[in-house]
Amino acid sequence: MIAPDTAAPVASQEPIHQGSFWLPKAVSTLAPGVDNAWNIVMWVCVFFFVLVIGTMLYFMWKYKRRSENDVTSNIDHSARLEIAWTLLPLIIVMALFFVGLTGFMNSAVAPSDSFEIQVTGERWLWTFIYPNGTISPTKLIVPKGKPVRMVMSSKDVIHSFFVPEFRIKRDVIPGQYTSIWFEATEAGKYTLECTEYCGQGHSDMLATVEVVEPEAFKQWLESGGEDKNMPPAKRGEGLFAKWQCGTCHSLDGSRKVGPSLKGLFNRDETMNDGKVVKADENYLRESILVSNAKVVKGYEPVMPLFKDTLKDDQVDALIAYIKEQK
Amino acid sequence: MAQAVADSPIPEQSGTNYINAQKGILSWLLTVDHKRIGLMYLASTIIAFALGGFFALMLRLELLTPKRTIMDAATYNQAFTLHGAVMVFLFIIPAVPGAIGNFVLPIMLGAKDVAFPKLNLLSLYLYWTGALFTLSSLVTGGLDTGWTFYVPYSATTGGAVVKVTLGVFILGFSSILTGLNFIVTVHKLRAPGVSWFRLPLLVWALYATSVVQILATPVLGITLVLLMMERVLHIGIFDPALGGDPVLFQHFFWFYSHPAVYIMILPGMGIISEIISVHAKRRIFGYKAIAFSSMAIALIGFLVWGHHMFVAGQSHMAATIFSFLTFLVAIPSGVKVFNWLLTLWRGSIKYTTPMLFALSFMFLFTIGGLTGLFCGMLSVDMHIHDTYFVVAHFHYVMMGGTVIAFVGGLHHWWPKMTGKMYGEKLGALSCALVFIGFNATFFTQFILGSRGMPRRYYNYLDQFQPLHQFSTVGSWVIGLGFIVMAYNLLASLTSGARAPANPWGGKSLEWQTASPPITENFEVTPKVTHGPYDFSPEHQ
Ligand code: HEC
Ligand code: HEM
Ligand SMILES: [Cu+2]
Repeated sequence: MIAPDTAAPVASQEPIHQGSFWLPKAVSTLAPGVDNAWNIVMWVCVFFFVLVIGTMLYFMWKYKRRSENDVTSNIDHSARLEIAWTLLPLIIVMALFFVGLTGFMNSAVAPSDSFEIQVTGERWLWTFIYPNGTISPTKLIVPKGKPVRMVMSSKDVIHSFFVPEFRIKRDVIPGQYTSIWFEATEAGKYTLECTEYCGQGHSDMLATVEVVEPEAFKQWLESGGEDKNMPPAKRGEGLFAKWQCGTCHSLDGSRKVGPSLKGLFNRDETMNDGKVVKADENYLRESILVSNAKVVKGYEPVMPLFKDTLKDDQVDALIAYIKEQK
Repeated sequence: MAQAVADSPIPEQSGTNYINAQKGILSWLLTVDHKRIGLMYLASTIIAFALGGFFALMLRLELLTPKRTIMDAATYNQAFTLHGAVMVFLFIIPAVPGAIGNFVLPIMLGAKDVAFPKLNLLSLYLYWTGALFTLSSLVTGGLDTGWTFYVPYSATTGGAVVKVTLGVFILGFSSILTGLNFIVTVHKLRAPGVSWFRLPLLVWALYATSVVQILATPVLGITLVLLMMERVLHIGIFDPALGGDPVLFQHFFWFYSHPAVYIMILPGMGIISEIISVHAKRRIFGYKAIAFSSMAIALIGFLVWGHHMFVAGQSHMAATIFSFLTFLVAIPSGVKVFNWLLTLWRGSIKYTTPMLFALSFMFLFTIGGLTGLFCGMLSVDMHIHDTYFVVAHFHYVMMGGTVIAFVGGLHHWWPKMTGKMYGEKLGALSCALVFIGFNATFFTQFILGSRGMPRRYYNYLDQFQPLHQFSTVGSWVIGLGFIVMAYNLLASLTSGARAPANPWGGKSLEWQTASPPITENFEVTPKVTHGPYDFSPEHQ
């Protein structure tokens, strides 16, 4: 069972699970191929490093200047050596090229029976939309042992989808769809990181990837991931966390990207056109759904629009929660 | 003497030289002497380096803890943008050609000056203009896009990106003119007897660099025009909000900036060829291989820009081709390293400060180059792209490579430039500090990156803190090393011993004239009868 989100953390703080000294644990079917390539190139590098630096250190010791009259060798080239150290490395790097290519091609084409999930990146939030309409912000829940294909697009600037344990990465670009797939091999929680720089919240643009048994996945998908029987304010608290309102709004009066929501309800708010508006339910509703309709003085209109993502009962729950922030 | 200056013996120190020949600030600002222009480039680029270095230390300090240590996220993002842009555009691209190239290239050819001395001065003024313009727009525009200015992120910062691109293009113009000047100088002003294969390898490297500068920089101009058409006329080119394609911007950007990476490294490689041969007192091994590999790098370097975009939504076919070509460009760099290695073989290695830097270069550049193989492999790059692994890789190449070569060259030609010797002990100390600090700072970052730490991150997962702290402490050691170096060099100006004409026993022409040289470089135009690396006893 996956617990409904009541208190999802503001940004995921799942540690990255370590595998070997260099690499995280390998948790997708693609990962072993990448790790294999990593090991090959690693040993090639160790070999060349030891060869070059070892020889250098040896020469440094052997041919240290003994006297100012040292006579040095006049041999100034060797066609054979030049050919050898052009061709041998060439063969080796071509082999590396093919090893890299194979792994890459595997990641490029998703199996035809993949389960498809829409991914939206926007500053600084990941949202995952499932085929049945379930929307899950900051939490990607996927079944274990089934190929999953991400169809990704961005609402604003370029982001990038990276899960270290899966060894996959692909940019998420506005105005285009990119895709990537994986098949997770072990249940657990992993961290998705944004790896294309996207501004102030870039390093907090994380999400949790939760790999669950296929049965549990099915149940979760059907319930839409929410417990509707909770008291509204409690539910609002969960939604507030889930949609990461806290990245821009504090509840303690301090200023972040957006105004603090402490004591907001029924307060008089000044807009950037100078008008004063009372923050009643209607105002809150509008502020949440179409935030740029009225912009609070002294702030930029950067709040995402929630009109397509939040349902009415969810907005009610959020308002109930905001009212409690006295 | 291998390259004898006809008949007359070399004066060790001439009474008048290019520094004291004329006095007053105007005699500097209006000079057309390539040596004085070189010195002014040197001072300017070193100031840029100090500025970029200051930002670097602040960045590392911030990364001591996750979340806030000394600055907020917005400031951090501006700081890494400034650091990257200053280091790349104001320091590393102009430093070696502008400072060292300007000073030694004409002397190495036995010429009195570059082909177009006034144009040379114009380059310097363009550099100053571009530098001020770029810096001021970075600061006033509060640019936080990273030095890559990716669209559409950079579109959110209003006009700043157009201004910065314009600044960078002015800087580019300066480097086009320098490149042009060098090419003509090499073709036309070689002294009698200086055939193409008697050119010092630094000249070959600068020549190859100049070709790249001339061919690649105009693309920056085109990008600029397109950006302006988009911003001003609202024609959608890069910005998806206007129907443009953001990946196209990346193509344009890297089509210039990847060759620019070779503008950064090739001259450094040239310096290493000089230092290793002179301080091992041995004829360079594989002269032609090294010279031609410079040209090969310059040409293939134009065809690999796409390796910055393997995961950026280019087609898989394109990614495959770029990966293939990227591996090809690795070969000529390898050829150089092997030839330098054999130049040590049966040499007579003296551990002077320049040689210590050159050996550090060999160590660091080998790591930088080899880790490039990881990045070139498509599947592996999918894991390490945009992580600290890449940060480590390019610092090993740019700092471990070019910067170390640059300071090595600075120590190599310092006696020639200033007529003073610096302290060898302090020189060795500064090299050791930089070397140790550098590895502590940046080797750690390979581990961070491969374990999944993305780059340009202000905040990070707690598990990465120990490695980040280690890296930060390493950066203090680098800083200390550079302070010792600055002290050592500056102190030599007032209290250093007078430099002889040829302190290292070099054979190329710049060592066959006084230290510092006279304004005309040579009393008599030299006649050259041997190559620049001829250390055989009959020519001692
Ligand atoms: C990217 C940052 C960001 C996120 C995420 C965000 N907001 Fe906002 N919000 C703002 C900014 C900036 C303003 C002020 C400008 C404006 O009115 O549009 C604002 C204004 C508001 C206001 C009006 C505040 C006032 O003082 O009048 C409310 C209510 C609000 N947001 C609720 C929410 C809720 C609920 C969520 C989560 C579902 C949320 N916001 C998510 C940035 C954000
Ligand atoms: C004192 C030595 C240096 C230190 C401690 C240092 C440190 C750093 C740090 C912390 C970053 C930010 C990494 C990130 O968050 O992605 C960075 C980025 C960068 N550095 Fe350095 N650096 C040093 C020297 C140099 C030099 C000499 C150069 C080039 C000549 C250079 C070029 C760059 C570039 C191009 C970036 C990328 C900026 C960007 O992401 O836009 N650095 N450096
Ligand atoms: Cu992002």
